[in-house]
Amino acid sequence: MGWLGRTLNSSIGKKTVMAVTGLSLGLFVAAHLAGLTSIFRGRVAFAAYADRLHDLALLLRLGEIFLLVVFLLHITVGLLLFLENRRAKPIRYAVRNSASGQTWGSQTMPYTGLCLLLFLGYHLASFSLNDYAPIDVLLRESLAQPATGTFYLIALLALGLHLSHGLWSSLQSLGLSHPKYDQFLESGGVGISVFITTLFSLIPILALFWPGFLG
Amino acid sequence: MTINLTLRIWRQPGPDAPGAFRTYQSGPLSTDLSFLEMLDLLNERLSLAGEEPVAFDHDCGEGICGTCGAVVNGRPHGPVERTTLCQLHLRHFNDGDTLIIEPFRARAFRIEKDLVVDRSALERIIQAGGYVSVNTGSAPEANTIPVPQPTAEAAMSSAECIGCGACVAACPNGAAMLFTGAKVSQLALLPQGQPERTRRALDMLRAMDGLGFGNCGNERECEAACPKSISIRNIARLNREFLRASFFSEEE
Repeated sequence: MGWLGRTLNSSIGKKTVMAVTGLSLGLFVAAHLAGLTSIFRGRVAFAAYADRLHDLALLLRLGEIFLLVVFLLHITVGLLLFLENRRAKPIRYAVRNSASGQTWGSQTMPYTGLCLLLFLGYHLASFSLNDYAPIDVLLRESLAQPATGTFYLIALLALGLHLSHGLWSSLQSLGLSHPKYDQFLESGGVGISVFITTLFSLIPILALFWPGFLG
Repeated sequence: MTINLTLRIWRQPGPDAPGAFRTYQSGPLSTDLSFLEMLDLLNERLSLAGEEPVAFDHDCGEGICGTCGAVVNGRPHGPVERTTLCQLHLRHFNDGDTLIIEPFRARAFRIEKDLVVDRSALERIIQAGGYVSVNTGSAPEANTIPVPQPTAEAAMSSAECIGCGACVAACPNGAAMLFTGAKVSQLALLPQGQPERTRRALDMLRAMDGLGFGNCGNERECEAACPKSISIRNIARLNREFLRASFFSEEE
């Protein structure tokens, strides 16, 4: 194994892969959200955004391939870490009593990750791989169903929890820590997660409760 | 003042023997007793009754050697912050409390007997590079190598680690990153540590990976459990040191 293989195979190497892919996915989520804010400006603006996005053709394809690779790396290495970590603690304590280092986000990383993976499959199947109707009609009709809307809200909660730990954790894994900025990085990570989750959640909430949504 | 406690203690005759909790009534205990003195009293009673005493590790009794340690009600070294088990006193408990006492648990820490665990995996990490190579001879003049006071303080904060293993015990993943981070940091911060800095980061991290410890999940349980409050900034520094050594040095 060469030096690169040895590095990436080490514990810190795997955490670095998780951090870099995680931050890339975070950037994608932010870009996706930025595009989707066109929904708040009505059906015409949203359809125009979708058209402009699809006009990118080759660039969009390349982006999708990049995302696929990043996703696969994040999932594979994440699963590997999950299994290794379980093996490293074969017997749990009779009493578990966190000394308050853990957060809801940090404790549930593998599970919120799995939840997001399931959501991703459903989300791609219902939008990217489905072209029986224009995108705005698809979105309105699917999200107006209470079951689908609720599922989206649950998935967004998982996203928020995952990001609330993941953003800061990525920086820590990359060694970014400084007495002057630590507090800012930690609260910043949580703040960004709350902001992203809230803004995303407005879409299913509007679809569920506002009859004029994308009308 | 005296209190009565119910003690549920993990009893395991040997490394491969099955273990189980046994329950003991403490009888009246002075709140001035230390946790380990309480175990001594229990052991005296068990010995007189012809039973096997509870095996536990201890040495200095001052919280500076890192020998003692057990998990009390889910917390390594018990519920009081910045305190080793030997410095934990019964005044922190109430009459009628039940204490569940378990050994430090991690795959890298084999249970020898009852509450005694083999923490030599931590020594293996030190052996891989937690030292400086210097030619011995007469002691050098104290100020030959200038070290700024804040730097010396930072290195000392890392060097406070007593290697008790509470970080590994507290980590949900059984990782030894806080320990390794502190040991790499205390030398990386000082001029004396520079010549071996790169090699040290690579060797110590690889030794750690090979000993059955888990991976850091940045959950900060180690920092909260550490009797010396070693900061997770030491883990960030270890990450930096290792990535720098891997990607930006000629060492492999």
